[in-house]
Amino acid sequence: MTTTTPVMSPVPTKERRLSRAERRAVAAKTKLTSPAASAIAIVIAVLWTVPTLGLLVTSFRPELDIRRSGWWTAFTDPQFTVDNYNEVLYGGTNFASLFVNSLVITLPAVIIPITLALLAAYAFAWVKFRGRNVLFVAVFALQVVPIQVTLIPLLTLYVDTGLNGSFWTIWLSHSIFALPLAVFLLHNFMKEIPASLVEAARMDGAGHVKIFFQVLLPLLTPAIAAFSVFQFLWVWNDLLVALTFAGGAPDVAPLTVRLAEMVGTRGSDWYLLAAGAFVSIVLPLAVFLGLQRYFVRGLLAGSVKG
Amino acid sequence: MQWFLEASTTGHKLALMVVAILLFAAVMAAILFAVDRPKRVPNWVVAAGFLGPTILLLLVGLVYPALDTVRGSFFNRDGSTFVGLDNYVTVFTTDNFQTVLRNTVLWVVLVPLVTTSLGLLYAYLVDRTRFEALAKALVFLPMAISMVGAGVIWKFVYEYRPDQPGVRQIGLLNQLLVLVGVEPQQFLLNGPSNNVYLIVVMIWIQAGFAMTVLSAAIKAIPDDIVEAARLDGVSGVQMFRYVTVPSIRPALVVVLTTVAIVSLKAFDVVRTMTGGQFGTSVVANEFYTQSFRQFNVGLGAALAVLLFVLVIPIVAYNVRQLRLAEEIR
Amino acid sequence: MGARMRRSPALVGGLGVALLLAGCGANETGGGGGGETQASDLTIDCAPYEEFGDLEGETVNVYTSITDPEDTPHIESYVPFEECTGVDVKYEGSREFEAQLVVRVQSGNAPDIAFIPQPGLLATLVATGAVVPAPEQVAANVDEYWDESWREYGSVDGEFYAAPLGANAKSFVWYSPSAFEEAGYEIPQTWEEMIDLSDQIAESGAKPWCAGIASGDATGWPATDWLEDVLLRTAGPEVYDQWVNHEIPFNDPQVVEALDTVGEILKNPDYVNGGLGEVQSIATTEFGDAGLPILDGSCWMHRQASFYQANWPEGTEVAEDGDVFAFPLPPIEGDAPPVLGGGEFTAAFNDDPATQAFQTYLSSPEWANIKAQVSGPGWVSANTGLEIDNLTSPIDQLAAELFQDPEAEFRFDGSDLMPGEVGAGAMWTELTNWIATNKPTQQVLTDVENAWPAS
Repeated sequence: MTTTTPVMSPVPTKERRLSRAERRAVAAKTKLTSPAASAIAIVIAVLWTVPTLGLLVTSFRPELDIRRSGWWTAFTDPQFTVDNYNEVLYGGTNFASLFVNSLVITLPAVIIPITLALLAAYAFAWVKFRGRNVLFVAVFALQVVPIQVTLIPLLTLYVDTGLNGSFWTIWLSHSIFALPLAVFLLHNFMKEIPASLVEAARMDGAGHVKIFFQVLLPLLTPAIAAFSVFQFLWVWNDLLVALTFAGGAPDVAPLTVRLAEMVGTRGSDWYLLAAGAFVSIVLPLAVFLGLQRYFVRGLLAGSVKG
Repeated sequence: MQWFLEASTTGHKLALMVVAILLFAAVMAAILFAVDRPKRVPNWVVAAGFLGPTILLLLVGLVYPALDTVRGSFFNRDGSTFVGLDNYVTVFTTDNFQTVLRNTVLWVVLVPLVTTSLGLLYAYLVDRTRFEALAKALVFLPMAISMVGAGVIWKFVYEYRPDQPGVRQIGLLNQLLVLVGVEPQQFLLNGPSNNVYLIVVMIWIQAGFAMTVLSAAIKAIPDDIVEAARLDGVSGVQMFRYVTVPSIRPALVVVLTTVAIVSLKAFDVVRTMTGGQFGTSVVANEFYTQSFRQFNVGLGAALAVLLFVLVIPIVAYNVRQLRLAEEIR
Repeated sequence: MGARMRRSPALVGGLGVALLLAGCGANETGGGGGGETQASDLTIDCAPYEEFGDLEGETVNVYTSITDPEDTPHIESYVPFEECTGVDVKYEGSREFEAQLVVRVQSGNAPDIAFIPQPGLLATLVATGAVVPAPEQVAANVDEYWDESWREYGSVDGEFYAAPLGANAKSFVWYSPSAFEEAGYEIPQTWEEMIDLSDQIAESGAKPWCAGIASGDATGWPATDWLEDVLLRTAGPEVYDQWVNHEIPFNDPQVVEALDTVGEILKNPDYVNGGLGEVQSIATTEFGDAGLPILDGSCWMHRQASFYQANWPEGTEVAEDGDVFAFPLPPIEGDAPPVLGGGEFTAAFNDDPATQAFQTYLSSPEWANIKAQVSGPGWVSANTGLEIDNLTSPIDQLAAELFQDPEAEFRFDGSDLMPGEVGAGAMWTELTNWIATNKPTQQVLTDVENAWPAS
């Protein structure tokens, strides 16, 4: 090993783009094909998956078996049932309607905070103004405020304005709660973009809006995709905000409200909970897999002008 | 107006959603259009345009409630009488408070460090492999499960049953112990190791976050750097240490910080798995218990303020990183 | 004037739900066997609600902690009232009820009516000024149909706010009649007999008792029931009342004696924890799972409330000669066993006529009987107007008999009456420590005493 590359300067040293074939060659060479590396990756993957697998198996087992023997016994003595799913899906609730509610809640609650945070992150990264760093630190430090302390002040505000029990309160609340982290995360990726790119665009006479949309936004696709997945998840799985602001009204209540009730009044109906957890996991997982193709490499290198 | 507030049919709801998004887009477009005069508008106006909506929402939704909490911490349980520092005295003189504080520190140190390391390692190992999508989905999976679901999942890992005829293990870990001839353990009962078992659950949940963000950062490393290093003949381990890690340092700081703050606030795992008993409580759990179980608003507020204070070291660390980054730029 | 009869579309919808749920709800396990009656077949006398004026088109929002599947019979039981008055009752149940209710009340978004499971929480809510005293019609119903102690539990500082609704009896010991018969064991009638039986079972090499006090963030509550039940027996109802009202210290010697008596069972390694491990395992066993070892014979007795019948897995026969049943926890002195119990109370947050009419309906014996008819096993009321034959489960019938027996000494669950710091805090934690870390009895009780709020 000789010296390391000057890593702190992200400006590429090479000017030409690698051809597809060359990239593949490079990739193949570095792919950690060493058995040790593969083994570590597999161990982590297995450790992370086994508990969930247990829940999946559990969700198909009869109630008594769940309480009396471990889920792995189902492999040697297979006793499976879809009753749990039947009860979750058709147990007296209009599941489709709850699904629509969850969707209606989630989409704006993802789009709005990410848009706002992208704009804010741009200002923190690329617009010079007094007190910028102080303000930035203040914004990210707000992550520590527990949502629970905001419930009463916000709900009071919503009641006073007559908004309570509508989708608006949920969209608004989720947006607020997501902002500190979104700004913090996106600012980091925004800042990593080489200053030369932004400077070059300025030289060409581009204004802030143009730089934001035409230069930065395309480069941030992986980061935006990553954060969208998280925000989607958090909103999709949220119970507290929905319970407090939607008031559990069936017209507005999302899936989670129903799933939480399913644990039973005294909270021990695990057989239903296991099935419920898998019903609600389907869409977030699909979103993750769907957005994965935006987690791509090399956008940055390719966009640098020669 | 009624149309905007009450939607009961699916079509109406979807329409309302589209309207909301369009409305939002229109407002943002108007703001941006107003500040986009590159030559004549001073920077602070631009900043106000880009930042304004965010700051406004934060002031209403987080800053005001936070300040109200600070104020509430000086009042009694229903906020009617000023009690000075009494609530803080109560917090610090409670018998088991040292345990609670110790646990909180344990959480805030262990969870971010382990989560970030594992997430980074895994993101690097599966990067550019054929099974990348699947491999990442597997580690991501726990994030998609609600906290209540996670509690049930881990119940089936830690659950204890005695090793006696006619009784079968329900918890996976104890089954494994029994298989190798060891007495089953009460994982959640015996301290202080039970804290570690709870922390494992949190790490399991959060690793997907670390992995996804760090993977996005790894992918943002320009190919040219990687290629240059490779031409120098660096090995996989060297590449990881001298190229990957330094290049994504800012993302590492972000992940560490975020996971640390999340761990500081987290109480769901503790609450669902041990209820804070057996010496496993953390400050956030005490805050929740006081505020929403005992309805002692003043004491709950004091505990929330303690959370605000505990975040200061994390903020300080970030400020330092910010300064370092500025110097380099 | 005159009784109005109407069939509303809501009724049809409600029935559909009921039919769908029949046979798959978790509480419809066990014996009972009684077919559920449909609310549409039941009518009530509408006259009592006419004095509230024309309520047609009004809405009453009810917020409760009772969720799936026990919520369905509740919703069903409102149908006759809705038919009479034209009021639309909207039901919302949540497991986060307690925290959510306080948040909503303090934000000015209170429901019309909430079912409050602890008198202690009622006091907290009354202190916010949001709860409205019960109307005279409700007070009249309660005076006529309930034991006077129930009115007290629904009162704060002498003002009557909340009528009792459902109730549960806690002083039960679950056992397996078939297993008892096979082994030749008799149901113990006195405490002594129960201990003798325990010894006998222990000598046979089995653990007679199983218990579990884990319950998420409420871990410890089943242990408080044990202590209360035994204190009622060793020291008597008067001392119990003094203890609950803090007229004697929490760690009074009589309480120490009671907890030690509990310890003779719960902390006796020969007695516990059948099928679940050592003494310590009581602390980590989920209370809902704790009685299940009875089914496979690794445990013989489990002390838990009447509502535990909902926890037996589907297919378990709950009957005096079935798979499982319960006997009253025997007295230590005297013949009649005292009854420890709990229940919900109906608090109203406004005095709209529709709200008051609905409160009146819920406090009436008509409602209690309709509710009994549409409910599966696991519901009972202390309303003395309740016809015991309307209850489907023998355990519920037994509980109702105890509630209606003028001889039986009934006492409300003390931890629900004490201040939250104690009843939902120190008492849970300390009794959990008592089992988990074998903390000495005296010290446990002294630490709870120290947590009692000043004033």
